[in-house]
Amino acid sequence: MSENLTPELELTTPATPAARQGKISSRHIEHYVAPLEETPLAAVDKVDETAAPLSLWADAWRNLRKQPLFIISSLLIILVVVVAVFPTWFTSVDPTECTLDNSSLPPEPGHPLGFTLQGCDVYSRVIFGTRASLMVGIFTTLGVLIIGGVMGALAGYYGGWLDSILARLGDIFFALPLILGAIIIMQLPAFRDNRSVWTVVVTLVIFGWPQIARITRGAVIENRNADFVTASKALGLSPFRALIKHVIPNSLAPVIVVASISLGTFIVAEATLSFLSLGLPGSIMSWGNDIAAAQSQVRNNPSVLLWPALALVITVLSFIMLGDALRDALDPKARKR
Amino acid sequence: MVMFALRRFLQLIPVFFGATLLVYFLVFATPGDPISALSGGKPMAPAVEAALRAQYNLDQPFWVQYGLYLKNLVTMNLGQTFSGQEVSAVIARAYPVTARLAIMALTFEAVFGIFFGVIAGLRKGKLFDSTVLVASLIVIAMPTFVLGFVLQLIFGVQLGWVKPTVSGAAPWSELILPAMVLGLVSLAYVIRLTRASISENMNADYVRTATAKGLSRRRVVTVHILRNSLIPVVTFLGADLGGLMGGAIVTEAIFNVPGIGNVLYKAIVKGESATVVAIVSILVIVFVVANLVVDLLYAWLDPRIRYV
Repeated sequence: MSENLTPELELTTPATPAARQGKISSRHIEHYVAPLEETPLAAVDKVDETAAPLSLWADAWRNLRKQPLFIISSLLIILVVVVAVFPTWFTSVDPTECTLDNSSLPPEPGHPLGFTLQGCDVYSRVIFGTRASLMVGIFTTLGVLIIGGVMGALAGYYGGWLDSILARLGDIFFALPLILGAIIIMQLPAFRDNRSVWTVVVTLVIFGWPQIARITRGAVIENRNADFVTASKALGLSPFRALIKHVIPNSLAPVIVVASISLGTFIVAEATLSFLSLGLPGSIMSWGNDIAAAQSQVRNNPSVLLWPALALVITVLSFIMLGDALRDALDPKARKR
Repeated sequence: MVMFALRRFLQLIPVFFGATLLVYFLVFATPGDPISALSGGKPMAPAVEAALRAQYNLDQPFWVQYGLYLKNLVTMNLGQTFSGQEVSAVIARAYPVTARLAIMALTFEAVFGIFFGVIAGLRKGKLFDSTVLVASLIVIAMPTFVLGFVLQLIFGVQLGWVKPTVSGAAPWSELILPAMVLGLVSLAYVIRLTRASISENMNADYVRTATAKGLSRRRVVTVHILRNSLIPVVTFLGADLGGLMGGAIVTEAIFNVPGIGNVLYKAIVKGESATVVAIVSILVIVFVVANLVVDLLYAWLDPRIRYV
């Protein structure tokens, strides 16, 4: 309401805003003048009031298409996914074919990034390592979304004792930092002896869900008493159906933003676990494993560390940037400025 | 305020019991026996196995085990490592080093994080702001251990400004680089948080009022904007203490710092479950208490919180 009123009020002031601001800055008066937010009358008149209002998602999409941050990050993510699914499109060198004759050799034709200590092709290993790292990120995020989303939505929507119990449960898991908790689980004999992408995913989900649960809970609480929910209930929808059909779809925006950013942090967490030799087993090619293997070589042959690390940073960066772009697009209030 | 503190303290009790129970359950009650891990999975003489089970109270029902473990935790009777040292003595020796490391990292991120964050927030959209934003994103995207290796290589090996690894006594001066590595990721978060908080508060009504009544920009920024913007930052810094403890494992492994993270890592590699549980429980306690302190600080800084 007030946002619609302010431009009109401010337009009634005699001097034009541009002139006023220009004068002040040219005379360098000590006092700070807060910037005025005004919409020129011409722009106000141009708005087509007969057009149907866009949904949040359509509006966000219209905004996203123009954002370089979104375009760059989604192109990078598509590229990484394609590399993960079809690694053979990008290299014909077998990453497991290593000969010690090639140990730590510099780049040569056909092997653009050189060789590891074991004589494996670095480029090929970076390409083939994409799949494991990305799988950990994607499946952990999915798991966290399912568990944290359900817990958070139920806690926020029904409130009461369910909320209290779930909040305390979340606090307990929150008291263990992600890496610390993951270390405890991964060193359990049951996990240590069966290390795979799935055990890492399960471990990270166990300690990653409270964050999503908190965000979902907050978003659901914001929406559960909204007019459209009350209206749908008044029209005869059961409370649970109202939660599924109206509350959850309207609470998704902040959850998706956080999920996108934490996907990146899960990839980093996997690499950190692999570095501590508690992540993926050495038989699985992943960036984390390659970086961990390169640590002893960092002084003689830093490029062995550099390339898998660069691939990891670019991937994680893409997901974080995507999350940032989504946050801006899905929160029109922040976009205004 | 007293009531608030009391309520927060009472909320802490279930978290403490829950978290210790969780850790204990994970290590001692899940399939795959820590006792068989002690012998590297090889068969053990039944008498030895029975003695070990009695030593770790594993012959008792689960709740008795957990109770005894809590009692041992409170009395700091944490058992022995494989090499026969008292775990409590090992922790007492390693903890001050990690505390020094964490304090330095926290100072580093608070000072530089708030400084860069404030400038970026006040100049939103300018060159400095975008540079800081991009740099902080790259730091967040980079695993701590990669950062550690790179900085160790550059400053420790190639430039030779600092010692690449830390000596046994771990004096403050040798911990500078490890502390920077440890704090760098959080530094990026502090910058982003401060920046967001500042630029949000710039448009608050009370700032407009302060400006309208003729206060100088300096006074508006330092007294009105800064004080209100720093509240979430303080919360983050407190909560980050736990994260630093987790991150210390990696940092201490890279720089060979003889701290608690290093002890924990070695215990994990050797499969010393009892030591792992002891150290993690203590870290959890530190983390939970730090969160309590932050909550109280938060309520003290922002009186609105107390009445919610």
